[in-house]
Amino acid sequence: MTTEVITPEEIIKKGKIVFEKTKLMTDCTLSYCPGCGHGVAHRLVMEVVDEMGIGDNTIGVAPVGCSVLAYEFMNIDIQQAAHGRAPAVATGIKRVFPEKYVFTYQGDGDLAAIGTSETIHACNRGENIVIIFINNGIYGMTGGQMAPTTLPGMKSSTSPYGRVVESMGYPLKITEMVATLPGVAYATRQAVHTAKLVTKTKKAIIKAFQNQKDKKGTSIIEIVANCNSGWKMTPVESNKWLDENMLAYFPLGDIKK
Amino acid sequence: MEEVKLMKGNEAMAEAAIRAGVDAYFGYPITPQSEVIEYLMHEEPFKRTGMVVLQAESELAAINMVYGAAACGKKAMTSSSSPGISLKLEGISYMAGAELPCLIANVMRGGPGLGTIQPGQSDYFQAVKGGGHGDYNLIVLAPSTVQEMADFVDLGFDLAFKYRNPVMILSDGAIGQMMEKVILPEQKERLSNEEIIKHYGNWATTGKPESRESNIITSLDLKPELQEIHNQHLQNKFKTAEKNEVRYEQIQCEDADYILVAYGTSARISQKVVQLGREKGLKIGLLRPITLWPFPKKIISELADHAKGFLSVEMSAGQMVEDVLLAVEGKVPVAHFGRMGGMIASPSEVLDAVEKEINKI
Amino acid sequence: MTEEIIIAGFGGQGVLSLGKILAYSGIMQDQEVSWMPSYGPEMRGGTANVTVILSDDRINSPVLNEFDTAIILNQQSMDKFESMVKPGGLLIYDPNGISHHPERKDIKIATIEGAKEASELNNKKTFNMVIMGAFLKIHPIVLMENVHKGLEKSLPQRHHHMIPLNEKAIKVGMKKVKVIHDYKKLVAEE
Repeated sequence: MTTEVITPEEIIKKGKIVFEKTKLMTDCTLSYCPGCGHGVAHRLVMEVVDEMGIGDNTIGVAPVGCSVLAYEFMNIDIQQAAHGRAPAVATGIKRVFPEKYVFTYQGDGDLAAIGTSETIHACNRGENIVIIFINNGIYGMTGGQMAPTTLPGMKSSTSPYGRVVESMGYPLKITEMVATLPGVAYATRQAVHTAKLVTKTKKAIIKAFQNQKDKKGTSIIEIVANCNSGWKMTPVESNKWLDENMLAYFPLGDIKK
Repeated sequence: MEEVKLMKGNEAMAEAAIRAGVDAYFGYPITPQSEVIEYLMHEEPFKRTGMVVLQAESELAAINMVYGAAACGKKAMTSSSSPGISLKLEGISYMAGAELPCLIANVMRGGPGLGTIQPGQSDYFQAVKGGGHGDYNLIVLAPSTVQEMADFVDLGFDLAFKYRNPVMILSDGAIGQMMEKVILPEQKERLSNEEIIKHYGNWATTGKPESRESNIITSLDLKPELQEIHNQHLQNKFKTAEKNEVRYEQIQCEDADYILVAYGTSARISQKVVQLGREKGLKIGLLRPITLWPFPKKIISELADHAKGFLSVEMSAGQMVEDVLLAVEGKVPVAHFGRMGGMIASPSEVLDAVEKEINKI
Repeated sequence: MTEEIIIAGFGGQGVLSLGKILAYSGIMQDQEVSWMPSYGPEMRGGTANVTVILSDDRINSPVLNEFDTAIILNQQSMDKFESMVKPGGLLIYDPNGISHHPERKDIKIATIEGAKEASELNNKKTFNMVIMGAFLKIHPIVLMENVHKGLEKSLPQRHHHMIPLNEKAIKVGMKKVKVIHDYKKLVAEE
């Protein structure tokens, strides 16, 4: 038996490229915990912007939360907004640059707690923007506090014995809420913890940006994601938990097409 | 074309915004400044110049819309009155941190809390000492006439873009609600997107071409070493503004041996006090700060070398008087006369206070 | 020349617009003007007053505590402003609805039956112009041609057909105003 030694150069020369780094992602190392869904979501958004050829015509809005540093990873012009205010900031951008593509990238605390008003009113005005909403049921960046989307009974550092709905309220299904507004063109709930779901999420993001191109109004894509650090699980356990618990409360699929 | 009109201060400011080539106004109604957005909606500048006018869902949203538009290199503004400005402070602090130019007008009413809808000047500290969190300053312009309400829009944007910092017009309910003759400036063209890229393309989010690095607007630096360098840069900017942008007016100060210091409506009343006092043989004058930040410290210090005393006249419990005290450096006595809660001092009661203070010296 | 005027009455009487027309008329003759209203929740029947100043010079305080002229259109305003007329100044009022008439001896006092004259003109909205006519008869601080221009400027285009009626009302006011007390005459008699 003979062993053929292949150098890396030969692999590149011979092989067919099936996967490469998205051009609109920077070379910065992601600050997210290993196993976190943010990286995939970032990449998908940038991939779609790149494939649509609108990178030089797109302005993003980063929130406060884990993705506060999104501007370090996405190689486009980005504004970082105050906590919860991203839809208002995006409104300001879109109104003075109606011909540009504008998106916000927000977590559940940002979009569904402190920024509920900005979210609902941007959607109600039908701002022609894309909202990417990462729902992992917890405040990741600040150390695992309870989020508006924390499940009943779920433990967090501010619900250490589990979320008691009688005193702490129920998980907020804000995507369903805004789907009722006439200004919202598209509301969907996706996930990125399996290859198949990643493909579906990408399709949803393409549709959302296409809606913006066609001036249809607000498109909101909720991505139910894991937070293995915040949930205090391994990445694999967290994905399983997501499947069994999060998706039971937050079912995937289009809410408004 | 220049045009002479009788207008309310609020309306004059709104019309001046259209004529200054402002790109966007975002606001939320509150007495006594609702005429600003009412006038703009009535005039429909979106048809005249393409200026955006949007009634936001809250003052918070409005200032953050200003943030978004300003970060695109556009001329964006908002206006409100005291309680609404309190809500905007978060956004104002972020804009100062992110070095965004914008214009904010505060048509002050009496506070604290919901207070009253009548005029006040009790947001002086809030305006000139920062107001929001962190080390920052606003350039603060204090109009005392309807004409200045109009003129300070253009001036405000010039300063905002010169320093890449928010500028505030600190007015009050009386200036906002009163009508005076105003000469409106000629219509300025709004900048085209190409011009914006040319002038502000090195920082504004205009869409990243491959030829440059991405423009990032943020007030965040998680590394304290870098955040300190950023803050030092801001402070240097503020020092330059303190050196170059002090504006004030002296009324009969040349031979005055007692000086009133007042801005806005209180300055108008104090002008009358100077007239009435002079008729009685009192050698009094008025120093009217036009920029409240940077504060005209130097001229006050110089006047203190000759004058026997100062009286700060404000519709507050005594806020600007602290800056007058600092500027006078203990050379001569400094007193305060104020009405609060929406009460406007009458010229005769201020004159009484002046005479009382002079007699004490 | 500086004329400092307070116009005070009920909301809905046209107090603010009277002031506005006067101010605009001043602008038409190149004067400096200020119009400072009492403002608040708008309410028909609530009190409304406006300080109007016309001057050849820069106007200092838009807020005053004494006036050359007080135009008074209800009892509350009479109670508040009679004492604030400068000695030698003018007080004009509509006696309709006034129970305590002015008692000052050191000022000129005139009456005009504004409400009555306006209803005779078959248009109650001309009330404030009748009052203005009365004032201008005694203190002709603005020329009628400038009042005409002031009306054109301050009324919206769709109300311009009302200008002749307004001018007619001003003339009625000029004709019907009655000086009921004149300190100058007293001074002369003494």
